[in-house]
Amino acid sequence: IILSQSEDTQQQIIRETFHLVSKRDENVCNFLEGGLLIGGSDNKLIYRHYATLYFVFCVDSSESELGILDLIQVFVETLDKCFENVCELDLIFHVDKVHNILAEMVMGGMVLETNMNEIVTQIDAQNKLEKSEAGLAGAPARAVSAVKNMNLPEIPRNINIGDISIKVPNLPSFK
Amino acid sequence: MALKMVKGSIDRMFDKNLQDLVRGIRNHKEDEAKYISQCIDEIKQELKQDNIAVKANAVCKLTYLQMLGYDISWAAFNIIEVMSASKFTFKRIGYLAASQCFHEGTDVIMLTTNQIRKDLSSPSQYDTGVALTGLSCFVTPDLARDLANDIMTLMSHTKPYIRKKAVLIMYKVFLKYPESLRPAFPRLKEKLEDPDPGVQSAAVNVICELARRNPKNYLSLAPLFFKLMTSSTNNWVLIKIIKLFGALTPLEPRLGKKLIEPLTNLIHSTSAMSLLYECVNTVIAVLISLSSGMPNHSASIQLCVQKLRILIEDSDQNLKYLGLLAMSKILRTHPKSVQAHKDLVLQCLDDKDESIRLRALDLLYGMVSKKNLVEIVKKLMSHVDKAEGTTYRDELLTKIIDICSQCNYQHITNFQWYISVLVELTRLEGTRHGHLIAAQMLDVAIRVKAIRKFAVSQMSALLDSAHLVASSTQRNGICEVLYAAAWICGEFSEHLQEPHQTLEAMLRPKVTTLPGHIQAVYVQNVVKLYASILQQKEQAAEPEAAQDVTQLMVDRLPQFVQSADLEVQERASCILQLVKHIQKLQAKDVPVAEEVSALFAGELNPVAPKAQKKVPVPEGLDLDAWINEPPSDSESEDEKPKAIFHEEEPRPAKPRQLEADEEELARRREARKQEQANNPFYIKSSPSPQKRYQDMPGVEHIPVVQIDLSVPLKVPGMPVSDQYVKLEEERRHRQRLEKDRKKKKKKDKEKKGKPRRHSSLHTESDEDIAPAQQVDIVTEEMPENALPSDEDDKDPNDPYRALDIDLDKPLADSEKLPVQKHRNTDTSKSPEKEDVPVVEKKVRKPKKKEKKHREKGREKREKGKEQKEGEDLDFWLSATPLPAAAPAPEEPGVNAVIAASKEEGEEPGREERGAEEDEEDERDPEKKSSKRKKKQHKKEKEERSKDKKKSKKKKPPSDEAAEPVENGALDEDPLPPMSSYCLLAENSYIKMTYDIQGSLQKDSQVTVSVVLENQSSSFLKSMELNVLDSLNTKLARPEGSSVHDGVPVPFQLPPGISNEAQFVFTIQSIVMAQKLKGTLSFIAKNDEGSTHEKLDFKLHFSCTSYLVTTPCYSDAFAKLLESGDLSMSSIKVDGISMSFQNLLAKICFHHHFSVVERVDSCASMYSRSIQGHHVCLLVKKVSGKAWGPAKLPSPPRLPDTNVLPEPPAEASPGGTQTGWGGRDVQPLPEASVQQGQDLPPQAQVRAGHPAVRAAQEGTGIAECGAGPEAGRAAAPWRGAR
Repeated sequence: IILSQSEDTQQQIIRETFHLVSKRDENVCNFLEGGLLIGGSDNKLIYRHYATLYFVFCVDSSESELGILDLIQVFVETLDKCFENVCELDLIFHVDKVHNILAEMVMGGMVLETNMNEIVTQIDAQNKLEKSEAGLAGAPARAVSAVKNMNLPEIPRNINIGDISIKVPNLPSFK
Repeated sequence: MALKMVKGSIDRMFDKNLQDLVRGIRNHKEDEAKYISQCIDEIKQELKQDNIAVKANAVCKLTYLQMLGYDISWAAFNIIEVMSASKFTFKRIGYLAASQCFHEGTDVIMLTTNQIRKDLSSPSQYDTGVALTGLSCFVTPDLARDLANDIMTLMSHTKPYIRKKAVLIMYKVFLKYPESLRPAFPRLKEKLEDPDPGVQSAAVNVICELARRNPKNYLSLAPLFFKLMTSSTNNWVLIKIIKLFGALTPLEPRLGKKLIEPLTNLIHSTSAMSLLYECVNTVIAVLISLSSGMPNHSASIQLCVQKLRILIEDSDQNLKYLGLLAMSKILRTHPKSVQAHKDLVLQCLDDKDESIRLRALDLLYGMVSKKNLVEIVKKLMSHVDKAEGTTYRDELLTKIIDICSQCNYQHITNFQWYISVLVELTRLEGTRHGHLIAAQMLDVAIRVKAIRKFAVSQMSALLDSAHLVASSTQRNGICEVLYAAAWICGEFSEHLQEPHQTLEAMLRPKVTTLPGHIQAVYVQNVVKLYASILQQKEQAAEPEAAQDVTQLMVDRLPQFVQSADLEVQERASCILQLVKHIQKLQAKDVPVAEEVSALFAGELNPVAPKAQKKVPVPEGLDLDAWINEPPSDSESEDEKPKAIFHEEEPRPAKPRQLEADEEELARRREARKQEQANNPFYIKSSPSPQKRYQDMPGVEHIPVVQIDLSVPLKVPGMPVSDQYVKLEEERRHRQRLEKDRKKKKKKDKEKKGKPRRHSSLHTESDEDIAPAQQVDIVTEEMPENALPSDEDDKDPNDPYRALDIDLDKPLADSEKLPVQKHRNTDTSKSPEKEDVPVVEKKVRKPKKKEKKHREKGREKREKGKEQKEGEDLDFWLSATPLPAAAPAPEEPGVNAVIAASKEEGEEPGREERGAEEDEEDERDPEKKSSKRKKKQHKKEKEERSKDKKKSKKKKPPSDEAAEPVENGALDEDPLPPMSSYCLLAENSYIKMTYDIQGSLQKDSQVTVSVVLENQSSSFLKSMELNVLDSLNTKLARPEGSSVHDGVPVPFQLPPGISNEAQFVFTIQSIVMAQKLKGTLSFIAKNDEGSTHEKLDFKLHFSCTSYLVTTPCYSDAFAKLLESGDLSMSSIKVDGISMSFQNLLAKICFHHHFSVVERVDSCASMYSRSIQGHHVCLLVKKVSGKAWGPAKLPSPPRLPDTNVLPEPPAEASPGGTQTGWGGRDVQPLPEASVQQGQDLPPQAQVRAGHPAVRAAQEGTGIAECGAGPEAGRAAAPWRGAR
């Protein structure tokens, strides 16, 4: 999810970030000094660890470190509200929704909104709009989708989604 | 048709959707690539279908695949198709995909311009929103140029959701299309005061980001930000602003002084760690920027350090980390305060978290002193041994070197110790920093003459054990130290104990496995060594030994001649021939040593890296002058050198008349010699160092660095450490002896004006060999008059450089944003366009007329701005030299103080505003309507009774400063500066001025800032302020004190100093003006003793003291008026002689109003009380002579209200206060579009205003007073489109 980077570089950044972040102990600080890959020493990785998930933001020096930690918290809480008890599978299967939520918080690498209620309101309104558009035509598709889910033998439970680190692009100019 | 649709959707249900894809990928873990390529094929099929839903689904899946690292750029066109779908659901999918995979190189991106424009103007806010979000990710310079104007329009959209996004995206637009910055900036600035907190925060965000890159262009916004900082409660915004101030203060130290107080308050009061941390950070920045200390600075530093210590001691590793980070900033300027916490830092070195250890290492850098260096390095060395990861170990290594070498090794008292440390470091395995160690060795050996002997002995040992170093760690670069070792042994071979042994070590076959550049140095230095051995042997008359050495050389050198490295090969073969020649000579018993060593005579001194660049052009050398005479007809071409450059073809010049200049040349040669002698860079031809020192004029003026040798050094494990203590005492003794001598030298040097520490060479060569280590440091040589220059530091490729734009210059026509023609109609409807008048002039012709006045004003202002901006800022900064002082107005338009006070002088006994109005009454009686007159008179009476004191009082709140500007109250003539402070009381000891500020956050409190200025020569202390509370107004006293106790002033005043104290008062009713009696008691202390003094004063709260400047949009304003919830009254004032602008400015500044809209000589203004009442005001000028301020306050004014713009009475009868009252903080609707208005210039004063519900039909305007113009005047309030 990194902007204007070739797919390869993106993958490399994600891999490396995951590598860096996942080997850190539980009670060490949540900041990582920037390497060359993420754009030099002005940039930092700031992450939070929730169960099997890491939320990693890459920010430059114009962001307050503690502020970003709060922002991640807001993000996670928002996800929780929007998905009703979010779990990692929600994130895996609804990447698009995650993106949409993130888009209400961070836009073009700049923090847009930090007020969770405001974010949730906007997301709900958009969902409503989406539903109304789907209308009749959408119904059969939804039904099928429901059936598909039911037929699935079992959703595998033991995935380590750790490597889907949600990364905010923001390279040079995170807000 | 319907059937078709149903069929389509049935088809669709069997397509894979995103969930299916994800599931599929997870089920095909083994052959994921194959599965995905299969999916991509399916997707390609789906994309070929006509059904947009199918396409959208396909694109959605592609987005996911892109995230997994697959290239989906081939589908760019399909993405655009989906983007242009009419349904939001699909559109969003399209934009998401676009934001993921579009970039500058995507060629189809230009196809999106019109689609995006369409979406931007879509009636659905979410269409617009999603387009903005997408655009923010893939905006290109072309898109930015084409869409800048549309986005700018959106910045004034009625929905805050859109405004917020539009404001934020402007940053991206600026980056891609810097030309848009200036046209858009005024509006951006305006958004800083948007009623919606989200929009405000976005604007703060953008400006902070801009200002971070080019802070100087944004200095003029400081007052505005200052106001925001003191009024905002949004931590996110506060953090941004505080960070911004951190970037601004280095440019303007006075700003820092202003900031300290509010920041300190925040530090004390906030509970948010993030805010606390940023405050501390900015305070640090402020302290750094203040070169001269203010008295309370040490307190601020202490506070910061204290708070940081709390952070560092916190169990939360994040806080610990940040605390250390901030601490390292303090360290740079105030190392002492940090040094006190050494224990803490050292403790952090043991932390298990590497990030924290690294930060602690940074701190160590500044904590070392001569006293503790050895101890700290010892500790670090033990960490080096323990460190598991090589990264951390390397970091430690570099830190050790950094710490020791900082400031020219100023903390090192014993270089033997340092060399030993370096040698010990070479035993590290696997370090990448061999070259660093090598550089240090070279540096120390070259600069510190006294250490050479020791260094050489260590180096030769190193060379001896070279096989260890070279074999085990060759790859990792530790062998670099051999480079240094070889060079040192060669260059300073005279110090070698066993030169022969070292020579052999250097000629070992193993050496050929070293990297080429090291071998080359080996070869070269072998010769040096050889030369010195030869000399030794010849002097000792051992020709055979000499011949043996030569033989050794002849035997061993061929191994280098065969080297694959050209450099080695060349040097080796050259030297081999030389040695062979020597061998022949030796065979004939010819003494050769002298000649051979002459090859390497001379001393090498370090030269500063920039020295060459900075060699000053010698006097008499004109680099622009012709070297050869250009052809010229005149003999004295000196007289007209200009002509030369105009010559079409410069022909070869004829030589100057040599004969004539013979004498001159001789003279110049002399001069040049003289110069060379004085020029440290000129390499002299003196054959030996010793000789050179004697020859060199003025060497004894060169300062010798004195080293504090008071610390006994103990380095366990170091081979020589035991000696240090003994040496120590010896040296100390010597030092004492030499001190006097040096003092003399120093004096000389001062005369010469040389910078300290420049080229400190040894004055006497015998000191070099003196057994006690007198350590001297040879610093890099620089030309004497070299200028410090940083030009080279700027990176020309910095993308942010393009945004380094002067925002204060007036806009030129050429700076218009490109506007699409067909958009004309839309744009002309959009509100607030006038804020970018020049840019949009053409586009918006229909509107232009209405807005002309604004434009005019703006243009004017902008013209004057360039000069004024600076002055105004100066004024703001210096208005009150106190921390937390009220900002003075930034814009000329607001600076009405002098005018104001003059008027007040003429009309004493009136409250300023009333005064203005009354004045008019008197001078222009024929203008007022009788109705109004009655009212006015009644009012005057009220006012007069109470206003005696007011003339003294100016009461704009400090945060008023930039307000009117934002609101478009523009100035035609510059106003004299207004000060918000007015005199409270004064005697021979002290002068008190005060200012009252309300805050929307606390609905029943106002803050009175009292500036106390010590006018005597006594020291004033124990100041205490007490006020006799009234029922309505009470002084907030510290808990536990009785109502009769005074509140202590938290500072003392030395003579001539002033400072500001703030007192909080709680207010019951805001419709009452109040006068409170009070006393300031203090102790005045001077040489004769101390006396107890007091000063009585009367503190006057007028009703406008309770108003807080609040911006309001014209449409919101119109709604408010339409709502019918306001009550109204009007008044006419004659005899006002100042210009309308000035009047508005004064009203804004002193009465806390903001201009909502102004049309010609009619302006509507808005303010809000601290309790949330709206106060609307219409001010009109009648026939160019009289001002009819109509005030539209709300509910009926209570009889005792004595201020003109009355605060709305809460107890308004008839329930008029709905929508007013209380604390409904945001009752204003968002609409920002408003109709143009066209007022006849002669419109009669009309107080039309407040939208009383009695509004005239159709106009929605309320007005009192009759008159044909009423309806027209009302037009502006018609609101809504």
